[in-house]
This record gives sequence, structure tokens and C-alpha cells, in this order.
Amino acid sequence: MPILVEKRQLVTPGDLIAEGNYLIGESTFREGDKIYATRIGLVDTDGRSVSVVALKGSYIPSVGDLVIGKVIDISLSGWVVDINAPYTAILHASDAIERPFNPQRDVLTSIYDIGDMILAKVVAYDRTRNPILTTHGPGLGKITRGRVIEIVAAKIPRLIGKRGSMINMLKRETGCHFTIGQNGLILISGRSPEDEDLAVLAIRKIEEEAHTTGLTDRICNLIREESQKRGVSNVSN
Amino acid sequence: MSQIKPERLINEQGLRIDGRKPDQIRPIKLEVGLLKNATGSAYIEQGKNRILVAVYGPREIHPKHLALPDRATIRCRYHMAPFSTDVRKSPAPSRRELELSKVIRESLEPVVFTEYYPRTTIDVFIEVLQSDGGTRCAGITAASLALADAGIPMRDLVVACASGKVDGQIVLDLCDLEDKFGEADLPVAMIPRSEEITLLQMDGSLTPEEFREAFKLAIEGCKQIYAMQKEALRKKYIAVKEVTEEETVEASEKEG
Amino acid sequence: MSVTRETEVIAKIKQKQIADLISRGRRLDGRSLFDYREIKVETGVIEKAEGSASVSLGDTKTLAGVKIEVGEPFPDTPDEGVLTVNAELVPLASATFELGPPDENAIELARVVDRGLRESKAIDLKKLCINPGKKVFVVFVDIYVLDHDGNLTDASAIAALAALINAKMPTYEIKAGEIELKPEYVQLPIQNYPFTVTMAKIGDKLVVDPIIEEEQVMDAQITVTTDQNGNICAMQKSGPKAFSVAHVLEAVDLAREKAKHIRAILGV
Repeated sequence: MPILVEKRQLVTPGDLIAEGNYLIGESTFREGDKIYATRIGLVDTDGRSVSVVALKGSYIPSVGDLVIGKVIDISLSGWVVDINAPYTAILHASDAIERPFNPQRDVLTSIYDIGDMILAKVVAYDRTRNPILTTHGPGLGKITRGRVIEIVAAKIPRLIGKRGSMINMLKRETGCHFTIGQNGLILISGRSPEDEDLAVLAIRKIEEEAHTTGLTDRICNLIREESQKRGVSNVSN
Repeated sequence: MSQIKPERLINEQGLRIDGRKPDQIRPIKLEVGLLKNATGSAYIEQGKNRILVAVYGPREIHPKHLALPDRATIRCRYHMAPFSTDVRKSPAPSRRELELSKVIRESLEPVVFTEYYPRTTIDVFIEVLQSDGGTRCAGITAASLALADAGIPMRDLVVACASGKVDGQIVLDLCDLEDKFGEADLPVAMIPRSEEITLLQMDGSLTPEEFREAFKLAIEGCKQIYAMQKEALRKKYIAVKEVTEEETVEASEKEG
Repeated sequence: MSVTRETEVIAKIKQKQIADLISRGRRLDGRSLFDYREIKVETGVIEKAEGSASVSLGDTKTLAGVKIEVGEPFPDTPDEGVLTVNAELVPLASATFELGPPDENAIELARVVDRGLRESKAIDLKKLCINPGKKVFVVFVDIYVLDHDGNLTDASAIAALAALINAKMPTYEIKAGEIELKPEYVQLPIQNYPFTVTMAKIGDKLVVDPIIEEEQVMDAQITVTTDQNGNICAMQKSGPKAFSVAHVLEAVDLAREKAKHIRAILGV
């Protein structure tokens, strides 16, 4: 019962990946005992399951996900938040404030206004309704400083790396603090704009080359070269 | 400028007005992911056809009452630019464009996993920038690539190719003159892995035997173009892989 | 823009019932897989039209009217008359038909019927020429769907053809450069007949003349139009899913066979 392609091989929709009793993971589907790719991406397997790490694909919310979103509308009882997903998310007033809520529009805008960026958690999501968020919890709430950039959600795991190897290297080399939203948005907060610039450069490169090997070392070297070129000093050097 | 019927569409050597053999498709160029704004995009040149396709979504659908409760809606627009044809075409959607928008949507829908995204829409916009026969087929071929580029999950790509009858002979991939002055036109779209037909139209006159021959030829044409689609998708991502492998080699040589 | 439409929610039990019956060679209304429902054609029902026909195909009802006028030819066919086919899915015919200009379904219907008439060269358009490049007869075929119980395509095509056969066009004289229509009428110059047969794919089987419940559960449908010589002059696959190659070939053979039935009904 073979896996028919090499690990990290590029596949396109409809490509046959494996035959047999494997568990199917992301971006794959089964027809009979054959498993095919549904998206363009790289094959990944641990011997028991087969999946495709998609190079592109929208963010599908999952309960428990940390997300960074933008408030785009206010309703009578809460806010509508754009979380870069096919569905807008809802944040009820009761999930944002500690005390019981008194429905007056002024009160809501003074908590979060249209255009505010927030860090939130997905508490509910199913096929019949839009994802529900909460900002109750440590560190959640309005984002007041730092920079937010967006990458393809499917590449977030690569940004984190195996056991955090990539993200820890980034923290070390740039001296910045990173908050990673599962929806592809990343909050970067550094001691100077130059540090943040370096971080952005590194993240863009990671996004472009997410499907290659030896990336952590290459990005590390890139940051060191660039920081020398730009005359930026940071924590590790 | 109107067109005049050529005296012969196939000459004594058996070659067509553009020099092709009866079973030859026109030169095809495919490009993927060329638009910044669209979720996915693709561009095709097939003979003189120039068609650009953009895909947006899955995204929320407005007005909300158009939403389907258990799957994504597909919205498809096939449109020809006014300057795309010999005689200027009015920008208002014609009955032909409305019919083609429908049959093209129905050719793509069978492969998309719409059930993964209830209450959303996946929008496919096909703009024919220059038209020379077989635009619905070329549009479908490019639309599949745009959907894949957008990360829309699919069972397979869809590929399309037309065959027909010209000067009594069954030919593949008709250009505009052949379509206008030939005896039959048969556009076909299929899901290559399962060989299922998702678009089939015909106009003209064919005996049942001629139909069988033309149908088989169109399917052959589809298979050739499918290989080009896969190649176009791979090319886009392998190029980056090769550049970075070079960089890795350089980097390790420096250190060594 | 073409948008996926919500079809009526069909009870799962009904879907299963239809599928089970079909796998045993029978349909909801008792027909075998390849039978047409009862077809009734009545012609000359609208006096003010130059030709007309009312058709009932089971409970599906259509009405076609032919109007003939003098007009200008198309620039690239100066010596030919003009044929134009239009269809309306009027709101009274079904709860699913909405008010407004013809939607994609009405347009597709009209264009498929048109293709059958045009590609079979049913009307000898050259005989409709009065003054080449200047004046020709224009034949308007307008199809009205009055009651939707499935297979609007065949019901419309039969009505259109019957109306054309029934139609009378005026004769004329050219006096001092002016066209004078005379009160003597002749048949339209009809030289071929298109027979349109629509089949739906349900599960692994093809059924001829789908009734509306079958259309709601089918994978897809295919219309094949053949002429009096058995040649194929138009085809159209329609619907949300796909056909296998084998089904397409089977549909063509089946359509040629069933064309004989339509031919007999029309008496041509």
C-alpha cells in the first residue's frame, strides 16, 4: 500500500498521492482507497497520515485559534470583525467587557471602534454561522502598538517552525516580539522601526520560500547580513 | 471589418489556413498568478485568443439571500471586451455571453469542493481580451488554473478543447474562420482523471460516425492541454525552489 | 453573471425513491426509462399570429407564436431572410420563475431551440429574400412556457417547429420600387425538420423526457437534436454535474431513436 510521491514533492489538484489505509490530512481527499491532492502544495507524511501543505488557501477558523482582526462594523450588541477568512467574525459585547452590558452605542465605540485592530480568540465556529470571538483573556484586546503584517495563513506553521525553531530564531536575531495569528496576521513589536523592518523582510522571505529546505539557517544569515548592511545593532551581536 | 469566406479551408497538402495539420492544436501559452488583487488568476494565449481569468473568494455573498446554506455559490462571468473581435462588440452582455457564463459555470462546478464553504461565493471572472474562436474552451482551461492558484480545493483540474468539421474533414481546435465557415463545432470540457464530460455543445451537421470521431479528437486535445496546465502550475513554484537551492549551494560553498 | 441557483430542497426519501425505481427500469409516473409522456399538439390556436402551436408534454405546457415581418437582412447574409427565436419563462408557469427579462435559463432554452432550427436549415432562408441587401422576411418565433413540469426544451422545440409548419407568409409584388404584400398566403419554405430529444442522467442511467422531480435530482441533462436524415445538428449538456463518455455516446443513439417518435407526432 504505497505512498506514491516523495515527501515535499509539489503536487497539484487531482494528483494521486497514495493508495491505502492512510489517514487523510489537510488539502487531500479520498476516493475509494486512493488519496488525491485538492490544492497546489507540498506532500507531507508521517507514515500513518498523508497531507498536503497548501501553498495558498484561505484561513478556515478553528475553535481555540488566536487571531488578529480588524473591526469593520458595530451592531447593537457587538462588533463585526474581519479576520481574513471567508466569513466575517462576530464579537459580542459580553465577550469583550467584564461587567454586564448596557446597550448604548457610545459605550461600544469607546471599547473598540471601527478600524481598531484586536487580538482575539475563536470560541465558536460551525457550518451554520459565522465564527464567534472573545477578547476575554490575558493579552487579548485592542492592539495599540507595533506593526501588523499579513501572510498566507497556510504558511503560519512554517513561520513557527518545528518546536518553534524559526520563530525563536527571529526573536533572537531581530530583538522583536511577535504575536502570531493563526489567520495569517502577525503583530511585530520591536524596540525601533529598523528592527521591525528587518523582521518584516525576514517574514516576507519565509513566506516566499516556505516550501524549501534549510530555510531557518538561510533566514538567519539574511538577517545578519542585512543588519550589518543597514548598520542596525541588535540583541544577539 | 467583416470576414470573407476563404475559398478553401484545407489546402491540397491537407494543411489548414494557418498551416496546421487537422489534429494539431494552436500554440498555447499559460501564465498563473499574474494579478495582485485577485485571490487567484491565470492568463492564456491560444492562437490569437487572449483571455484573462481572475478568481475571488471564497468570500461572503451579498445579497445574503443568494447564499446556499450547505455549500458555496459559484458566480461566473464570461465577457468579451469591445475591442476583442473584428467588428466592435457592444460592452453590454449579449445573450451568447449569458449562455456561455452558465455553461462555463456548470463545467467548473463539478470539481470544486463547494461543500467546504457554505454561505460563501467563489467568483470567476473571464475576460476575453482578444477572440479568435474557441474562447469558451480556452476560458475554462485558464479558469481551472486561476481556481488552483486561489487555493480553492478541487477534485481535479477541468480542461477544454473544441473539435469540428471543416471542408468535410474532422479537425481539432478551430480558429474563428474555421468556426464561421466550417460545417460543425464541438466544444468539450472534461475532468481528465475520470474522463467525465462537464461541458458539451455542438452546432452544425455531423453524421453519428463523424460525431464519434470528432468527440474522440476533442478528448485527445483536452489531454494534451491538461499536461500543459500541470506544467504551468509546477513552473510557478519550482522556479522559486531552484533559485533558493542555488542560494543554499552558494551559501554552503562560502562557509566551506 | 451566472450564479448557482438554489433548487428546491428535495426530501431525501424522494430522491432515494426515484433512484430505486430507475435502477429497476421504472419512473415515478410509471413510464419506462425511454418513454415520452403523452404529447399533444394543436396548431393555429392564435389567429393573430402568422403561425402558432400549443403543446402539452405530460403536464408541461408551451405555446409558440410565429410573426412574420418585412425587415433588413444581416450584413454578412444579404440574400437570406432572418430567423430569430426567443423564449419566456413567464411567472405564471412556475413558482420558481421570477419577473424580469429572460434569465440565463430562458436564454439557453431559446438558443438551443434556435440552434436546432438553424443548423438543420429547417427554413430555406434564401427563399425569404425579397430585395437582396435591402429587404427580407424576418421570422420571429416566440416561445411561451405556460406550465413547468419538466423538459421545457423538448416541449418548446416541438411547439416552435409545429408553429413554423403551421405558419403562413404573405406573398408580394414589387410595384414602382415598393413592396406590396398581397393577401394570398403560402407555407414557409421548410426543407428539413429538427427533432430535439432531452435526456437526464440519474445515477448511472439515462432517462428520456425528465419530469420536474427528475430534473431536481439529476446529475445533468443532455439535449441532442437530429434532423430528418439522422444527422446531429445540435447538442447541449446542461446541469451541475458530469456525463461519462459512454453516456454521451448512448445519448446520441437514444436521441436518434426517439426522434422517430417526435416525427410521428408532428406527422412529418
